[in-house]
Formats: sequence, structure tokens, C-alpha cells
Amino acid sequence: MNITFEQPKIKESPNYLNIRYGWRSWLLTTDHKRIALLYLFSITAFFMIGGAFAVGMRLNLTSPNGLLFSPETYNKLFTMHGIIMIFFFLIPSIPAVLGNFLIPLMIGARDLAFPRINLLSWYLYIIGGIVAVAAVASGGVDTGWTFYAPFSTTYSNTHVIMTAVAVFVAGFSSILTGLNFIVTIHKMRAPGMTWFRLPLFVWSHYATSIIQVLGTPVVAITIVLLGLERLFHAGIFDPKLGGDPILFQHLFWFYSHPAVYIMILPGMGVISELVTCFSHKTVFGYGFVAFSSVAIAVLSFLVWGHHLFVSGQSMYAGLIFSLLSFMVAVPSAIKVFNWTATMYRGSISYDTPMLYAFGFIGLFTIGGLTGLFLATVAIDVHVTDTYFVVAHFHYTMVGGMVMAYLGGIHFWFPKITGRMYPEGWARFAALVVFVGFNLTFFPQFILGYLGMPRRYATYAPEFQSLNVLSSAGASILGVGYLIPMIYLAWAWNRGPRAPANPWGAKGLEWEKSPSPPPTFNFDEMPVVTENAYNYGAAPGATEAHG
Amino acid sequence: MALRPAQRKRTDKEDPLAESEVTLEALHPRELRHHFDTPEQQLESSLLGMWIFLLTEVMFFGGMFGGYTVYRNLYPDAFASTSQYMNVTLGGINTAVLICSSLTMAMAVHSAQLGKNRAIILFLLLTLFLGCVFLGIKYVEYHEKWVDHHIPGPHFQYADARYFHQAQILFFLYFAMTGLHALHMIVGAGLIIALIIMAARHRFSAEWYTPVEMIGLYWHFVDIIWIFLFPLLYLIGHTK
Ligand code: HEM
Ligand SMILES: [Cu+2]
Repeated sequence: MNITFEQPKIKESPNYLNIRYGWRSWLLTTDHKRIALLYLFSITAFFMIGGAFAVGMRLNLTSPNGLLFSPETYNKLFTMHGIIMIFFFLIPSIPAVLGNFLIPLMIGARDLAFPRINLLSWYLYIIGGIVAVAAVASGGVDTGWTFYAPFSTTYSNTHVIMTAVAVFVAGFSSILTGLNFIVTIHKMRAPGMTWFRLPLFVWSHYATSIIQVLGTPVVAITIVLLGLERLFHAGIFDPKLGGDPILFQHLFWFYSHPAVYIMILPGMGVISELVTCFSHKTVFGYGFVAFSSVAIAVLSFLVWGHHLFVSGQSMYAGLIFSLLSFMVAVPSAIKVFNWTATMYRGSISYDTPMLYAFGFIGLFTIGGLTGLFLATVAIDVHVTDTYFVVAHFHYTMVGGMVMAYLGGIHFWFPKITGRMYPEGWARFAALVVFVGFNLTFFPQFILGYLGMPRRYATYAPEFQSLNVLSSAGASILGVGYLIPMIYLAWAWNRGPRAPANPWGAKGLEWEKSPSPPPTFNFDEMPVVTENAYNYGAAPGATEAHG
Repeated sequence: MALRPAQRKRTDKEDPLAESEVTLEALHPRELRHHFDTPEQQLESSLLGMWIFLLTEVMFFGGMFGGYTVYRNLYPDAFASTSQYMNVTLGGINTAVLICSSLTMAMAVHSAQLGKNRAIILFLLLTLFLGCVFLGIKYVEYHEKWVDHHIPGPHFQYADARYFHQAQILFFLYFAMTGLHALHMIVGAGLIIALIIMAARHRFSAEWYTPVEMIGLYWHFVDIIWIFLFPLLYLIGHTK
């Protein structure tokens, strides 16, 4: 008699991950959670490509004469770094991954309003990405991520048009994501989920989507004009032929300043969730935080001229843009104050996501405050186009958004995968990221203040020590990013099973949906009866804002 | 239990929406997609989505209108000079053609509301025809410009030497704006053909005709763009 042993298998309950297998079930899916994972893996790939360019730049800058690359190659490195990181990593990062995954769960819907358009926007993103990689592979582009004319239209002999097509296509992916989110938030909320019960994460994505929908088409048409001008040389941006190069800058920044808020608002939404959850307290001033997101979205369209202080824009325009730029910092500051006040007398636990939230608050504050320096015309004349600007925007985009992204990925990892990650490693990595980040970018404030210009392959010898310090910090930062990739990949397969709500957090995605959620998100469609962040009265907690 | 998202038929027992089946069956079950509760919710979502899309189109064209405004203010004289080469007669005819096509499109949507399938097809065909007339006339105009060497680029020529560069920029804007508009017309024509096929297959009914309504909105929008383009490019400065 033949006895066969069979391993007893614990049958997982059906969820969005195990319901079907095979590549078609992924590439043709309309499930917002699976599309979010498609984005997760593709933007991680682009993050590594963009990171590789950064490694090249930092290596080159260890020597005043340029260690490895010719100046031409260096120009391509910083251009491709900027384009990949901004258009193919940071803009889709939190919205397309976490927003896609969470918005339907948070508002109590089965999916986004337009699931097939959601899949379409992933394909557009991938097509744009492939064209961008093709442009890199065939020799790259050297205009800077800002594509300033007439250099980009007349003088550059690199692959400007191919790159422009890549950005154009990716732009439509971003527009469609924003459109989908707006309609979803308006029309798909569960019974009882009123606007003022929405999690702040949803508010911030709503504001982001407004910017995506209103701003991105303008950069799209700007890119079309740029491409046509490069083909026909009618001179529309060429002063030699009667064109106006400042017009290009206006059109470009009309999108690209609001776009920097596409790159921070979703992060602010994540931080609001993390801070309340790990302070075990309702958020301080819900209404203020919610409306500050919308205020940022509106004001962000009025300040683009602060990128043109030294470009030849009229002095009076400069003064007004300066004033308006100060105003846009107010809602950002409101958020920082409210997070701090939320933590005040909360019972704070120091889990990994909260460490990232601390990092975000500190680093974003530095980034935002130096933004005010730059918005002051007289100071900007001194530090524009120096490393001071580079440090400013890396503090907001990397210290802010990437920290928030990592914090969010850790926070919702149990929900997404149904597994826990190793807490010790995760805290260690968060610390490494924080230290590495500051070592990399703080010296750049000093370098810029001392007058080192950005976008040059070489520099004066007296700047070398700070540059070497920055490059050393960058290698620490790189390690800090690699560690989570390794343990998260491990935890996805081997980590201990996560309960539905490991953090004791509030919100439909934690309380009403198992980890990982089923395909239609809820076993029973939820009805909402309370405000967001109803953590009960921690000592000294104030009541939720009506 | 197997969940089967995005299924056309929603009769299987395991469907998580089974409880709401009553409301679903009563209305047009075939077109209600799995993640909506009611057809009203689905319709409102589609329309809101379409309006937002049109908003993005406004911004898209808005960038070019902005550029147009800048150059018109910079070079008013060159502008007056180029506008004499715009064919107001053909442009005017095209304006009339487009307004008529808006009317036939509105009639198509109205027929859809009443569930008159043959009338939908008829009016859509008319709209398609008028759209093609517009594109044909546009082609004639572009051909004129080609013959006169008014296409920006290496072969550009301009009678008044003072305005050579400036005129080239203005023709560039003319081609960019009307060209993009024509592109939208071509896309619209494609969409109308799709609608005609759907109507021929009896996909629409008085309860469900969302695509007709949405593409109707799109078509009106493209017409309105032209209503702005025509005076700005053809009429202004023509008195000089
Ligand atoms: C607190 C509000 C902020 C203010 C007042 C502000 C102000 C400024 C100013 C005046 C400049 C131009 C500096 C120059 O070129 O001379 C600048 C550059 C920049 N900022 Fe900000 N900023 C703010 C927040 C942010 C945020 C949140 C982000 C991104 C997440 C960001 C990203 C950038 C980028 C990418 C640049 C450089 C663009 C380039 O020339 O390549 N800023 N900022
Ligand atoms: Cu800005």
C-alpha cells in the first residue's frame, strides 16, 4: 500500500492577490489594487534608473575637474536624472500606488469610477517610460528637465523630441489618474461618508487631482509647441527670430510649479494618517488640514513667476509673485502646526511609519522655509541656479515626498500584502535614510550659498570637501533605500501573517476590510457612522472639528 | 467562492452584488458595471468625468490661446498684415457648417433620449458628413497656404519683408491652433463612426445612451473652440 503524505495547507481566504494567477490576470486587470501594484513595481524600476544617474553625478562631483565623465555626458546625466525622477517616479509615486490602492478602500467603494481608464493610464505611463528609456539608450538628452528654449529647440543636438514625447504621454497618464480620482471621490462614497468624514489622505488626493487635471494639459501643449518649433524652426521661442523665450518659461512653470505640489500634497496626506494613528489621537483641526490642501492647490497656480525672477520678467511681476509665494507657504505651515499639535499629549508609538513621519515633518519644514528664502527676490538673485536651489527642492521632494512614500508603504504594507515586515530592520533603515539624506543635501545649502552653480560638471577646488561629503552621504542614502527593498521583498513572501488592523488604526480600509482585501474590497459594503480619526479621547485630546 | 469582476452577465449567485440585484435587474442590467450601485450613479460619474475631461481640453487649448495673446500684443502690425491672407469666406462657411453639425448632434442626442434608433443613426450620419465637409474645406485652405509658401519652416516666404519673422510666428500659431482643432475633429469623426456602429447594433435605448450624450458634449466642445478660433484668427485685424 502506498502512503502519500500531503502537507496540510491552510487555505487562505480569497483576496485580490490569490483570486487569479497568470500574467493576463495582471496585465488586463481592472482591479485598482492590482493596478496599484503594477505601478509599484514599475515606479520602483524607474527609481533605480533615476538613482543610477544620481550615482554617476555624485561620483563625478568628487573631483573638481570631474572624475569620470565629459561635461557633455554630465549634462545628460542630470537631465535624465531629473526627467526620470520627476515624471516617472515622483509624480506617480504616492497617487498612483497608494492613492490607487487606498482611495476606494477609504471611501467605501468597490473600485475607482473608471477601472478601465485606470488601467489605460498605467499603459500610458509604461509607454511613456519605454520611450524615455529608448531616448536614454539612443544617447540621451541634455536640456535639463526644464527644456528651456531656445537651447532645446535650436541648439541641443540630443534626443529632445523623443524625450518630449515620453513626457507628453506620461502626462496623459497623470491627467487620467487625476480625473478618475475626482469622479471617484465625488460619486463613489459609501453611505454616511460625508465630505467632512473623509480621511485627510483623500482630501489631499482630491487637491492633487485638481492640479493634475488643470495643470498637466498646459505642459502638454507647451511640449507640443516645443516639438513643432524644433521641427519647423519658426522661431516662436527664439529671440533671434522674433520669438519670446520667456513665454516658454511662463508656460512651463505654469504647470511645473503646481506640479511640485503634485509631488508633495499626497505626501502630506500620508503624514496626516500616520501622525494620527501613531499618536492615537484625533487629528487637530481637521477642517484646517482639509482646506489647506485645497488652498495649496488653488494658490499653487498663482506663483509660477518665482522661477523667473532673473529671467527678464518685469520687476513688478517679480514682486507680486514673491508676495504670492509667501502666501502659498501659509497653508503648508498650517499643516505642520496641526501635525505637531496632534502629537502634543498624544500617546506616541515609535513604529517605523512614524519615524518616517518625523523625518518628513523636520525635512519638509527645512525645505519649505528655504523656499521662502528663494521667494525673497533679493536673496534669490544671489542663490538662484546654485546648489542652494538644489538643496531646497531635494529637501521637499526627497526629504518630504520620498520619506512620506516610504512611510506610507510601510504603514499599508500589511494591508497590501497581508504580511508584516521585520520592524528592527525597518527602523534601522529609516534611520540610515535620515542620516544619509542630511549628509547628502545639507552641504549643498552651504555650497550654494557660497556660490557653487548647479548643472556644471566641474567646480572651483575650494568646494571639494563639501562635495565629497555630499557624495559620501549619498552612498549612505543609497544603502538606506536598498535595505527596505530587500526586507520588504522578503517579507512579502515570508513575513508573518498580518491581522486586518495591526496598528489599531481607524478608517474603513483597516476596520472593515481584511488584509489583503478581497477583489471588491469589502465582504459587506460599509456604512459610515462616525468622523474620521475617532480615536476616542486621549488625555487632553480636543474634540474632532465638526 | 469565486469573484468575477467586470462580467457582462450578473446572474451568478456568488456575485457579491447579489443583494442589490433587485435594483440592477429593474433597470438596464447589461450596461451597469460591477462597481456601481445604481445606473444613476454610473451616469452621473460618466458625465462628471466627461466634463472634467473637457476642462483639461480647455487648459490644453488655453496654453495656445495664451501664446496667441502674447504675440498679438507684441506684434499688432504684423498681425494685421498676415490676416489679409486668411480666407474669410472659407472660414465663414466652415463656421456655418460646424454650427449646423452641432445642431444635428443635438438632434442625435434628443433622438437617443426618445429611444429612436433610426433617427440616431440618421443624425449621426449627418453630423459625420458635416464634419467631413469642414475637414475638406480646411484642406483647401491649408493647400492655399502651401502654394503661397506660408507654411513655417525653411521654405517660408512673406511678401512684406519687414514682417518676415513675425509673420512666420503668427502662421505657426495659425497652423498649431487650427491643426490641433482639426485633429480633434478627426478624433470626433472616429467616435461618431463608433456610435453609428453601436446604434446599428441596437445598443442604445431610452434608458441607456450615455456614449451618445458624452460624445455629443465632446463634439459641441470642439465646435466652441472653432467659434473662438474663427474671429481671433480670421476677423481681427481684417479691417486694415
Ligand atoms: C513652501 C513653499 C515653497 C516656496 C515658497 C518655494 C519657492 C521656490 C522658489 C522661489 C524657487 C526658485 C528658485 C530659483 O530657481 O532661483 C523654487 C525652486 C524649486 N522648488 Fe520650491 N518652493 C516651495 C515648496 C516646494 C515644494 C513643496 C517642492 C516640491 C515638492 C518644491 C520644488 C522645487 C523645485 C523642483 C525647484 C527647482 C526647479 C528648477 O529650477 O529646476 N518647492 N522653489
Ligand atoms: Cu515654484
